[in-house]
Amino acid sequence: MNFDLGPYAAYIWPAYAISAVALGGMTAWTVLGWRRAKARLAALEKKE
Amino acid sequence: MNWLFKYANPHNFMRLSNWLLPVCAVGAVLCLAVGLYFSFSAPPDYQQGATVLLLFIHVPADLMAMGAYVIIAVCSLMSVIWRHPLSDTAARAAAPLGAVFTFLGLVTGALWGKPMWGTYWVWDARLTSFLLLLFLYLGYMALWNAIEDETRAARACAILALISVVNIPIIKFSVDWWSTLHQGETIMAGKLAPVYLAPFFLMMAGYAFLFGALWMLRIRTFIVERRARTLMVSA
Repeated sequence: MNFDLGPYAAYIWPAYAISAVALGGMTAWTVLGWRRAKARLAALEKKE
Repeated sequence: MNWLFKYANPHNFMRLSNWLLPVCAVGAVLCLAVGLYFSFSAPPDYQQGATVLLLFIHVPADLMAMGAYVIIAVCSLMSVIWRHPLSDTAARAAAPLGAVFTFLGLVTGALWGKPMWGTYWVWDARLTSFLLLLFLYLGYMALWNAIEDETRAARACAILALISVVNIPIIKFSVDWWSTLHQGETIMAGKLAPVYLAPFFLMMAGYAFLFGALWMLRIRTFIVERRARTLMVSA
């Protein structure tokens, strides 16, 4: 694997970093939303 | 179409996504891991040098951004014609994911444009129509949140999606119809060097699997939230 990107490193690394943060953030936000909804439903079903 | 109608039922969808979602999640992790390995093992391009690495994240983000909007339009069409309860939910669930991919397409494109074109941004047909796609996603999501009655919101959003999906072919063919700084068709035209095909398709599959997994999880979340609301009302 080659990580020496020469003069283009200043463009390539930020692009990969922003992509990783955005995709990771989108995944975390979706999973948290799912967990919250499931917990809320479980609490309501328990009350029933 | 009967198979599709079968899964437009929330109960059937929950059963299907229960096993399909983990498959997509594992597929995403594997394809992205192997894709990244192949990407950073590929030789620099003879003209663009190491910036060819941006191809492996920029083009998949662009294709997912456009694909998600087409999915929204198809779900909206199903909602308008057959009024399946899950169609609106599926369309709504895809919107924020598509918006993130559009944002990534714009940012990675700008970071590719600077070393290749000498500028981060130019108001040419491809870039401008792609920026418009981001505004369409934001408008679509804002409209969903602006109307309190869910049925009316769904109908308004479906109409917006069905009209504005015309922007997708405009993005796709903008490089043919107008003189743009953006390069023309490369991958489907068979102009991509064979050495870059494996990393590109692996990253593309990784992005598609990730979208599929998150889309299903967001639809499941909406279904569970709806159940919770029903319980609250009946309590």
